[in-house]
Amino acid sequence: MSSTATATRPRGGHGPTRALRTGRQERVRRWRASWRRRETRAAYGFISPWIVGFVLLTAGPMLASLVLSFTDYDGIGATRGVGMENYRQLFEDPQVASSLLNTLAFTVLRVPLLMALSLALAMLLNRVGRASGFFRTVFYLPVMTPKVAVGILFLLLFNGNVGLVNKVLGGFGIPGPSWTTDGNWVKPGLVLTTLWSLGATVVIYLAALRNVPEDLYEAAELDGAGRWTAFRHVTLPQMSGALFFTLVVNTIYSLQTFDEAYTAFFGTANAQTYSHEAALFYVVYLFQQAFQFMHLGYASAMSWLLFAVILVITLIQARVSRRFVYYEGDTR
Amino acid sequence: MTGLAPVRPDRRGRQHTVPAASGSTRGRAGHRGTRPGGRRQGPVGRVLRPLALTAATVVFLYPFLWLVSASLKTSDHVFDNALLPSSWQWGNYSRIWHEVPLLTWLGNSAAVTLAAAVTVTASSAIVAFGFAYFRFPGRNLLFGLVIATMMLPAVVTMVPQYLVWNWLHLASSQVPLWAPNLFGSAFYIFLLRQFFLGLPRELFEAARIDGAGYFGMFWRIAVPLCRPALVVTFVFEVQAAWTDLVRPLIYLRDPALYTVPRGLKAVLDQFGDGGEMEWEIVCAASVVVTLPMIIIFFLGQRHFVSGIATTGRKG
Repeated sequence: MSSTATATRPRGGHGPTRALRTGRQERVRRWRASWRRRETRAAYGFISPWIVGFVLLTAGPMLASLVLSFTDYDGIGATRGVGMENYRQLFEDPQVASSLLNTLAFTVLRVPLLMALSLALAMLLNRVGRASGFFRTVFYLPVMTPKVAVGILFLLLFNGNVGLVNKVLGGFGIPGPSWTTDGNWVKPGLVLTTLWSLGATVVIYLAALRNVPEDLYEAAELDGAGRWTAFRHVTLPQMSGALFFTLVVNTIYSLQTFDEAYTAFFGTANAQTYSHEAALFYVVYLFQQAFQFMHLGYASAMSWLLFAVILVITLIQARVSRRFVYYEGDTR
Repeated sequence: MTGLAPVRPDRRGRQHTVPAASGSTRGRAGHRGTRPGGRRQGPVGRVLRPLALTAATVVFLYPFLWLVSASLKTSDHVFDNALLPSSWQWGNYSRIWHEVPLLTWLGNSAAVTLAAAVTVTASSAIVAFGFAYFRFPGRNLLFGLVIATMMLPAVVTMVPQYLVWNWLHLASSQVPLWAPNLFGSAFYIFLLRQFFLGLPRELFEAARIDGAGYFGMFWRIAVPLCRPALVVTFVFEVQAAWTDLVRPLIYLRDPALYTVPRGLKAVLDQFGDGGEMEWEIVCAASVVVTLPMIIIFFLGQRHFVSGIATTGRKG
């Protein structure tokens, strides 16, 4: 590529050859040049902990888990490659199907309820002025409560015979179901229990509500908008960013639900006997496969299935909400 | 350090671009409070709103009262649903104290929690500063990866991370509960970067002229000015580490190493469902495990609220 003429040129006078460089070479050259700068090396010094952690605890393990999902690895014995066997088994294992359905039902029930209730509470709080700090504390305290204790409270308060919840329902003349033993009511009971810790979402909504410019409401009022219209056309669009964020985060969180259900229904031989298929959520089953039966290869395949499910659901949410989410200053 | 004094009003003034940098929620609330009575409060709202709030308060607080009350009752009266025990059984607490190594578990939890919170705050701050201050090739790609790992379900790496620790012969120790925090955590890196980006760049230029190195800029300027954000990170991680159940279930086999949530699960299995149905003992243990978090919340309340509010606003 280089003639004798260019080879004898002094460094730095690359004029004619520069145009000949491909984009890739140019990028490599700029990369090298910037590496020589102290600042770049310092920057990589600062972020190196994260890079090391990413390789050792995220990317590496993910790769390992992908490889393991094609083996029968059990932590001790010889490991054989089994091809697609684990993945085929995923579709034949009735407990994978039922635990996945349990998890989806739990999520579909929980997330909309949680968002609606949090929004209602945030809107109530938004107008109480000075006392809102007190109520915010009240709603946030359950978030601080260890989930094991929440699972225990579920067993006690939702007990079908003697629990407080059914006592209160009975006071209104409603016969309460056997929340902790009736397979049809275990999930609704767990949903209600986990709604107790919605405080974080309330705080997010409250912050978003306080960011809605007051003049938008004044303008809506001048235009003769009622309260519902103002809510529908001012509040909701202005909060759409926060709504979308909490939708995605709470969905991902709910799809991985584990603590309360495991505490209440699993873990001891005795508890197993009367625990219900209804409380077998996907991560609970994955945990059993991985750390009780040591089917680490199969559990790896299970975790990739859940990853795929979460990814697809998140992408659908992002796609659908693109039409509804409004950001300040967005020209779309 | 005197050179920093004139900056503070500047930072105040910029607060709309640095949300919740220091108690801005309170400032906002105060501003709103100046509007008399709020907007369009109908007669129905004036009656219904306090009613609804009172009902919600009862629903959210009563389980705590119920738990404390039940922990002081006799076995037969746990489910009598009376707010006050008919006879106060303080002995329940000394029983749980003697039946299980509660003090050991509390000590384990305290140590793990402290290690987790200190390491994650330090490492995340360092990494966040790297992403906030410098322009370097690959920055956007790498920061995109940080965001991506934030969305990554923890379950995906659960099994292989166990294998890593197993390979290091640390799989039945407490190390896996906190050591991953040495490498920073995506959520906190994201959070802290937002705060570092809000600092005026001239500050760093001035420090550089004064001869500060990069680490000096981080340590003497970024860290002191972003202390509220660091406290947010710290208290969030304290809560996360103290209440974590999954990892103790995976890694801790020896009851002497249990953290309190793992211990509480063992108590439930021994005294509750799996055992003698002595629910008052389970309740007493639950109170002991929950109480430190309630105290932490009251100490760091402002930080929890501003931290949560910030994440929502960025989303």
